[in-house]
Amino acid sequence: MNARNRELFALIPASLLVTAGFAAVFIQRENLLSNLSLTYGAIFLALCLAAHLVIRMTLPDADPYLFPLVAVLASFGLVMLYRLDADLARDQAKWFVVGLVFFTATIVALRHDHRVLERYRYVIASGGILLLLLPRLGGPVNGAYLSFHVGPVAFQPAELAKIAIVIFLASYLRDTRQVLVVGARRFAGITFPPLKHLGPLLAVWGTAMVLLFVIQDLGSSLMFFGGFLALVYVATNRISFVVIGLALFAFGARLLYAIRPTIQHRVDAWLHPFDNHLYNQKVGGSYQIAQSVFSQADGGFFGQGFGQAFVLPPAAHTDFIYAVIADELGLVGAVAVLLVYLLIVERGFKTAMLATDSFSKLLATGLTAVLAIQVFVIVGGVTKLIPLTGVTLPFISYGGSSIVANFILLALLLLVSDRARREAHA
Amino acid sequence: MNAPILRLFGVVLVLFAALAGMTSYNSVINAKQYADNPKNKRGQIEQARVKRGVIRARDGSLLAHSVLGTGRNGCQSDLYCRRYTPEAQRFAHVLGYDYGLTIGRAGLEQTDNDALTGKSNAVSSVIDGLSGKRKVGDDVITNLDPDAQRVALAALGGRRGSVVAIEPATGKVRVMASTPGYDPSALRDARVYTRLSSAANSPLFDRATQAGYVPGSTMKVVTAAAALDSGKFTPDSTLSGKSPIIVSGVPLKNFGDEQYGSITLTTALTHSVNTVFAPVAVKLGHATMAKYMKRFGFGSDPPLDYPDAQMVPSGIFDTTKQKLISPDSSSVDIGRVGIGQERLRVTPLQMATVAATVANGGVRMKPRITNRIVDQDGRTVKRIQPAVAARVMSRETAAELTEMMSQVVKEGTGTAAALQGIEVAGKTGTAELNIAKGIDQPWFIGFAPREDPKIAVAVTLENIVGGQGGIVAAPIAKQVMESLLR
Repeated sequence: MNARNRELFALIPASLLVTAGFAAVFIQRENLLSNLSLTYGAIFLALCLAAHLVIRMTLPDADPYLFPLVAVLASFGLVMLYRLDADLARDQAKWFVVGLVFFTATIVALRHDHRVLERYRYVIASGGILLLLLPRLGGPVNGAYLSFHVGPVAFQPAELAKIAIVIFLASYLRDTRQVLVVGARRFAGITFPPLKHLGPLLAVWGTAMVLLFVIQDLGSSLMFFGGFLALVYVATNRISFVVIGLALFAFGARLLYAIRPTIQHRVDAWLHPFDNHLYNQKVGGSYQIAQSVFSQADGGFFGQGFGQAFVLPPAAHTDFIYAVIADELGLVGAVAVLLVYLLIVERGFKTAMLATDSFSKLLATGLTAVLAIQVFVIVGGVTKLIPLTGVTLPFISYGGSSIVANFILLALLLLVSDRARREAHA
Repeated sequence: MNAPILRLFGVVLVLFAALAGMTSYNSVINAKQYADNPKNKRGQIEQARVKRGVIRARDGSLLAHSVLGTGRNGCQSDLYCRRYTPEAQRFAHVLGYDYGLTIGRAGLEQTDNDALTGKSNAVSSVIDGLSGKRKVGDDVITNLDPDAQRVALAALGGRRGSVVAIEPATGKVRVMASTPGYDPSALRDARVYTRLSSAANSPLFDRATQAGYVPGSTMKVVTAAAALDSGKFTPDSTLSGKSPIIVSGVPLKNFGDEQYGSITLTTALTHSVNTVFAPVAVKLGHATMAKYMKRFGFGSDPPLDYPDAQMVPSGIFDTTKQKLISPDSSSVDIGRVGIGQERLRVTPLQMATVAATVANGGVRMKPRITNRIVDQDGRTVKRIQPAVAARVMSRETAAELTEMMSQVVKEGTGTAAALQGIEVAGKTGTAELNIAKGIDQPWFIGFAPREDPKIAVAVTLENIVGGQGGIVAAPIAKQVMESLLR
């Protein structure tokens, strides 16, 4: 069976999931199995088929599992949102269509050779940073500048900016990885990169710091910097560079902790979620994280059952959707979701390993790494593994920019994969 | 570059394993602690979604019901709130309250919470959940008798005290009054609760099950049961009633320092002669007294369907250690225990149980407030069956003791409890709390009709000046029994 037929068959579980999910919500709400749930399933299947045909025509050799895995997450996200609020799900479904349009556009535009992106790396990088600064024009939400409004649409630029930064870094590191290693000097037992090539790297560090200071968005900053370190490591195979990077980030974060109350509150809320003062604080307290773990505690091993949780944590449709999943589908359901992400990450890294040119390798690595880190940052925050910072759970959380950006990310991965696998077969 | 990519994947695996581990901790390993966290109101909110069942008195009169909130009157919309009828005010303590989201739960509302929220009916609630039907709890029908409760409260007349009435053969609690009371509806405002919990006359305190009172001479029923059942004495054993005598090195006098010659045990009970019963208890010894007290239920929480937090055991209370000590302990002046002094602290429920046990031929039944659980279709889901707690004494002993106790009401200290045409058996008690000021704790315990007892009662009041049991408590017992036997 060729790759595309495998992809087609792998889409069946996703469609069944969305149909069954909507059916479950309908049975619960209307006490009858409306054929509307079948309609929803059919529409979703049609959308997936359309995307599949796009891939079939443009990227015949691309990885067959990436798209179905994303479809599983997206359909699951839609059902989850529908269960929370039908209006949100309708909105999200629209964004899903928009995301697929961007997905198609990205593939069509870059189908001959995605490496043209390298030519525009500085434009892309500046564009990414500019995007990040845009929310400063508006006011902060919960102490952070996360989004700006274009008409009625709230746009979260960090989602797109993460892709821009990865493209830039992949291209820049392809150029400089050799010199970074060859020109490295050992000092005090640690290998330092050559000073003259350090500039752009420091610039990335600076960007992460700026993100922290100006936008005060610890989550996105962590995501960017994690992706950056992953790329530097893969490009140079020098663990010492990662150590230096981490030290710099820790330094910046510590500095910020000292001067920015927002970050202090986040850490305090993480350490003492049940402290009376923090719990009752109106803004930036520990109420959210406490409710999140209470939700998860109600889930137990198998969950309360889909649609059964009545008491929801705040921001159930965005930041805390993972807590609702753990509540209703239990540890089993939550770990299943994590496994799907892990499979996507595995396919992403596999793509990177198959790719023959350095830029493609680094691009696939970087895109996969930021996705993995994003999942880690939000799920880690929601489960109280790390302090809570608001980023979306890719493909599941409600949010237009997140869906669109992550579909572009998927398109880039498929582009890299198509070329890599074709060359491997040839 | 493939080797570092592989290692990077290894790092992602570790990170995701940590996520799965933390989710396990939250959802399974530490779930119980999170569920029990006082800040976690999820369970209460969940329960407030259920239309809680109603609570009714024995005659069917409504005591508590639930209304769907509209966002007004402190009742959140889409959640159910508890409402109490005016009748419920008479049953404030025993009924308790259900304000789960603010002050919590108490009384029967707490004990029968599972039934009232329909949790005891797991299968149908799962079906309801799937079909989207609003969950409805089961109704609770109690054994409580509104008429008799009203009589008891009126007779207590605003004085602090308690009346408990139990059906001897079944343990059904027909009256459980504690004064002062409160209006359960008023507690909807949490500030009222705060004010009442620190109020001087402790209206939230359930005197029937939580108060430790000195039992005085009502304890002689326990001593007499031990004396007869152990075979060491008969009702006709003759003993000296001279006063004072020395017990445990301290002189002991009769009430009013009355002198008696050689009298039978029956006569001693009839006139409540301390100087007979203290030596009897001494002669029986610590072990025998301890054995019978334990059989009567002293020393442990009563087996009542009621929250543990609202019950205290009766027994000898060591104030320095702040706990009960065994009557077997050598530090205990067992002679004075035998006449209801020493450090004895008993609840009205315990003393009603003593009377009910004698009435029931020596078998102590578990007291029960709940009669049955009825579902929304009117089917009885559960009927609470009478349950034996212990055989305390033989049927013969109980018959002899009944005869002795009926003499108390016929011609002794308890004549004020006598009913027209119905023979009553009983025992008075007057615990002298402050002899200088003449402050007493009057008691009466008893049952009727003598031949076929239908009801047993205990009545007591706090700090009554010159409050002899036979004068203050016995008439209250009479009215309550009359109401229940009518």
